[in-house]
Amino acid sequence: MADVALDHGGSAEHPETTTGLPHTKLAMWLFLGSECLLFGALISTYVLYRGRAGPPPSPNDVFDIPYTSVSSFVLLASSLTMVLALAAAQRLDHGQMRLWLLCTAMLGMTFVGGQVYEFTSFFNEGLSLETNLFGTTFFVLTGFHGVHVTVGILMLLSLVGMSWTGRLPTDQSFPIEMVGLYWHFVDVVWIVIFTVVYLIPTPSPGGPGGG
Amino acid sequence: MGVEPDQAVQPAQHAAHASHAGGHPSPKEYVRIGLILAVLTALEVAASYSGVSGSLMIPTLIGLAIVKFALVVLWFMHLKFDDRRYSRFFVMGLSGAATLYLIVLISFGVFSR
Amino acid sequence: MATFERRAGLLPRPTATTGFWGWLTTIDHKKIGILYGATALLFFLVGGLEALLIRIQLFRPDGEVLTAAQYNQVFTMHGITMIFLFVMPMSSAFFNYFIPLMIGARDVAFPRLNAYSYWAFLFGGLFLYSSFFLGGAPNGGWFGYAPNSSTDPTIGMSFYALGLIITGVASTAGAINLAVTVINLRAPGMSFFRMPVFVWMGLVVQLLLIFSLPIITVDLFELLFDRRFGTHFFDPTVGADPLLWQHLFWLFGHPEVYVLILPAFGIMSEILPVFSRKPLFGYQFVVFSGIAIGFIGFGVWAHHMFAAGLGPVANTAFGVSTAIIAIPTGVKIFNWMGTMYRGDIRFTSAMLFTVGGIAMFVIGGLSGVTHAIVPSDYQQTDTYYIVAHFHYVIFGGGVFAFFGALFYWWPKVFGRLLSETLGKIEFVVMLVGFNLTFGPMHILGLQGMIRRTYTYPASLGLTFWNEVATVGAFLIALSVLLFLINVALTSLRPATADVADPWDARTLEWMTSSPPPIENFAEIPTVHALDDFWHRKYVEDERTGRLVPVQAGAAISHEEDAADHHGHAIHLPSPSFWPLVAAAAMPLLGYGVLFSWWLVGAGVIVALVGFYGWALEPSVAGE
Repeated sequence: MADVALDHGGSAEHPETTTGLPHTKLAMWLFLGSECLLFGALISTYVLYRGRAGPPPSPNDVFDIPYTSVSSFVLLASSLTMVLALAAAQRLDHGQMRLWLLCTAMLGMTFVGGQVYEFTSFFNEGLSLETNLFGTTFFVLTGFHGVHVTVGILMLLSLVGMSWTGRLPTDQSFPIEMVGLYWHFVDVVWIVIFTVVYLIPTPSPGGPGGG
Repeated sequence: MGVEPDQAVQPAQHAAHASHAGGHPSPKEYVRIGLILAVLTALEVAASYSGVSGSLMIPTLIGLAIVKFALVVLWFMHLKFDDRRYSRFFVMGLSGAATLYLIVLISFGVFSR
Repeated sequence: MATFERRAGLLPRPTATTGFWGWLTTIDHKKIGILYGATALLFFLVGGLEALLIRIQLFRPDGEVLTAAQYNQVFTMHGITMIFLFVMPMSSAFFNYFIPLMIGARDVAFPRLNAYSYWAFLFGGLFLYSSFFLGGAPNGGWFGYAPNSSTDPTIGMSFYALGLIITGVASTAGAINLAVTVINLRAPGMSFFRMPVFVWMGLVVQLLLIFSLPIITVDLFELLFDRRFGTHFFDPTVGADPLLWQHLFWLFGHPEVYVLILPAFGIMSEILPVFSRKPLFGYQFVVFSGIAIGFIGFGVWAHHMFAAGLGPVANTAFGVSTAIIAIPTGVKIFNWMGTMYRGDIRFTSAMLFTVGGIAMFVIGGLSGVTHAIVPSDYQQTDTYYIVAHFHYVIFGGGVFAFFGALFYWWPKVFGRLLSETLGKIEFVVMLVGFNLTFGPMHILGLQGMIRRTYTYPASLGLTFWNEVATVGAFLIALSVLLFLINVALTSLRPATADVADPWDARTLEWMTSSPPPIENFAEIPTVHALDDFWHRKYVEDERTGRLVPVQAGAAISHEEDAADHHGHAIHLPSPSFWPLVAAAAMPLLGYGVLFSWWLVGAGVIVALVGFYGWALEPSVAGE
């Protein structure tokens, strides 16, 4: 096999790789594997400190499950629109693709907006990073997630912009697929957070806290 | 939701990725999965309000979350249809995280109440 | 391949491949390898000076060279420097330079990301050291135990948290890059089990980093938030558990020590066969034991916490797993011995450092086995016995292997051979100095000398061996000086004529000129066997079993050959300054968190500009 024209991450068709797998997709899955450990540590910290005695407010004082459920539906819906955007790209329909990408971004912005509102109302009820272990672990965990969502929104809007200005080759769906993997992962992390943090009941403090 | 994508257009085979092992959900199937995810979420929320004891509620909630997780990863992220090697690395991270953090939490006595 | 219009950017695409701008904008793995190596060696010298300060302070009881506060900063920075700014980047240097060559590739999978990793590492290291001038260096030990680290009033541990987050990002990016490179850019015919052991160890190391770095990243953020934003992750007064810091730290910290030593194992596995003129004994065992060490390495972390009160069940479990991990390590030692057995041995400097390194590592491994026994560890923990152990394995094993690698690979990188005479003297001086420094620490530890304290009273009877250790440290310094002299003299000599394959080696990097042409190989080789280069040079005579040189020999790939290869153009990725720009965002963000939100804003803008510039730039200019 003669000279291999070098072809690197994020670019077009399939570079000649030993495995036949594109570099960027392999890299993305390795990255998502490492992100499992990142969010796992934050979630574990939350679970470790859940229910420990401390000054109010506690989760039961501030959580608005119906509100957060709607937020969760929104984020799940954004995963659907994301996958529809990819399907459109694979059909070479970049107009539809941009539409679905915009939907995804807007749903994402709705989610983040919802979180900002939620955090603000918690803050007004007396919950800050410094108040107690709940504030500490809750805001840092959901904050990290929110930052990840925001980065995702930036990437989605960038894809729309690049497609609109002709910088995204119309025969390619690969970049959309890559951003999609990241976006779905962020959604999947929220599935865990919603269940573990919001839905699983917080034991009342006063019991044997831990270790 | 409630949008019905154009069913007449088949995904162009030559534009499809080499990494597709064949078997590729159609937009309609994706919508179906989206609806299932919504239903599961609703079930989760209902379970959390049901007032059953923790030892029943918590496994139920976790179980539902796992199913949702799997649906998104296997279908939306296409892992079910893609090359096994992607799964390998993701599972390394996922199982590693689950195992290691579970051990840490157990050592803190979080599960012995 | 689809192409698209490339709008001219604000600034023209850099084209220099030589000179100052050439280095600043390089995305060539070989140049990046040299950058990593030079920077790592500089940090080695700084860390070594810190070590000398420590040894001067501890030379005699009631030392007054350093105050307690200064001592804490010096020993903390010594640890951070040696681990994060020397050993890891030095490994990166060798991985970056040689993995593509050894697998028959032209570069790594993501050349610009490669440059980004280097610049981020450099900026992270400089950020850490700037702390000395901006309020005080980290002073809580390289392991930063909370709540000491989370409540210390000086700014140092905030630099610690941010600095290691920055270098952690650099390492994670580099790890993903190299992992994809090994998996995806092997030459035709190079199956996984035809890869050199050095490449295998490289792959295991990258996977260890990918899965362990996020854990400490969270730990560091939690520390940073406790210090800067009033959170309570490690605050026992509100019910938090400082043990959380330790778990998260060592969940990373233990795989990290295998990150530190596996490259050395890979180096040893390359050098021994070459200078024994024998294939590596039990190649598959060496490979599988490396994988086993990586895997089990995730299951032993709490052996750093035996005295933390985890309880008998946890202690037993981790004591057992720690004992188990000695097994694959032992397997490697036996395979190396098997390689040398009945070999045609040449004791070049590279070989001396390698064999000496294995011996020193075994000593460190033996003390490690004693730590695995929990009641024994109760006696040893937090004493100088532990200091002895880890210096024997990291310095004795790792750094000796690095010097071996430097002597082995220097001709390939620079086209000149280092002086063998000076090398051998350096080895002897370093071996004696090293053992004088760290050998007595076993005794000091068992006599009760505690770690991490700035002085000791005369009444404890620790003086004599401390004096010996300090003398030893200066001998080490002398040996390093000899190395620097060797480098200086070598660079002053004219380039040696033909050092493409001076050692008669076995792996593909020796199939190129020294230094290799920018595209590495005029034609990507097709690989037919393990040690493919060796088999191109020699065949085994069927009757006598002796090695016979192949008539045509193995054609060395030269610069000139690039022109003649059937008219196909070789597209190489073009230089770029975006990785440097993107990397510069991180220290801005770091200083911003410490001093001013405006800097955070600036950092965000620089990051956005850097990453967008990078994303919108095609990897090959003018396509």
